[in-house]
Amino acid sequence: MSETSSQRAPGSGFFDGLRAALKSIFFYVLLGHYSGIGALSYEFGFDPVWMVLCTLLIWAAPAQVIVISTLGTVTLIEVAVAVTLSSVRLLPMVAALLPMLQREGTRQRELVLPMHLTAISVWAEGMRLLPGVPKHERIGYYNGLGVGLLSAATLASAVGFYLAARLPPLFAAGLLFLTPMSLLMSSVRNTRTLVDGLAFGLGVVVGPVIAAQKIGLDLMWTGLIAGTAAYAVHRIREATT
Amino acid sequence: MEPYLALLLVGVLPSEVWRWLGLVLGGGLDEDSEIIMWVRAVATALIAAVVARIVLIPPGALASVPLGVRLAALGIGFLAFLLIRRSAFAGVLVGEAVLVAGALAFGG
Repeated sequence: MSETSSQRAPGSGFFDGLRAALKSIFFYVLLGHYSGIGALSYEFGFDPVWMVLCTLLIWAAPAQVIVISTLGTVTLIEVAVAVTLSSVRLLPMVAALLPMLQREGTRQRELVLPMHLTAISVWAEGMRLLPGVPKHERIGYYNGLGVGLLSAATLASAVGFYLAARLPPLFAAGLLFLTPMSLLMSSVRNTRTLVDGLAFGLGVVVGPVIAAQKIGLDLMWTGLIAGTAAYAVHRIREATT
Repeated sequence: MEPYLALLLVGVLPSEVWRWLGLVLGGGLDEDSEIIMWVRAVATALIAAVVARIVLIPPGALASVPLGVRLAALGIGFLAFLLIRRSAFAGVLVGEAVLVAGALAFGG
């Protein structure tokens, strides 16, 4: 440990990270998105403790929406397959983050919390801000950032849950509509290529068509068919230009 | 199944396993590689199907808003995102406004 190399108190990285979370645009994005998820859990009949655990332990909005909206209506295997496919994107994110956090002597167990805190919001802010943080403070800083954003999300989901039960139907409908709206926006806003936008467009159309066939695993089939089609279009365009 | 056990088995585990794998495999995976691009496209299409499902078979209070209004809100919200500096905030705000206004106008 090289705390001696710094004049700052141990743990100051963590508090810097917390402050960065409060200043992040994602702080406000998560408030909206997660109050919608809280309302959704209320409408699907889950209890508040379950909902809070769902946010703390899964900490990936798309996976949470899948679990909340499908648990009890489709088989458990189908839920698990859909969650698995929706969360694959965490793997390359974690892999890209590791070199930023690791230094000589970093133990695997120090990385367990940062890995769990990794979600799109925390990761995007971490990749942007970590290069400006001293190497030995980075794990603390990233934990602070993650804890700050996860706390905001958990609080918002609790508020959404509470409000959904008490608001007039029109406002409750608006609260619930935050989920599809936020998922749409988070899917298309970071598109560097045409692929993601096209995949989303195809998925919206192909999804209900496949669901109507009642063959089961429709989320998985939609992902594979529409996603692969979008990727194929991208490859063909690259080959012809 | 008990909802807490189900949460752990089909919610937490299938999500967390990718974080662990990322930690184990470590570097050497390029965010812009072809396989990652395909994986992301599959995940995005799957999430789109979830969005379609919530809009077409809505839960609770959202079901009282007519289908046409729900679809229009999603579409106009997306258009607003494209037209207003690709701002996600503008997209959500316009989508919500169309939903509420539409519900008031066409019965909600």
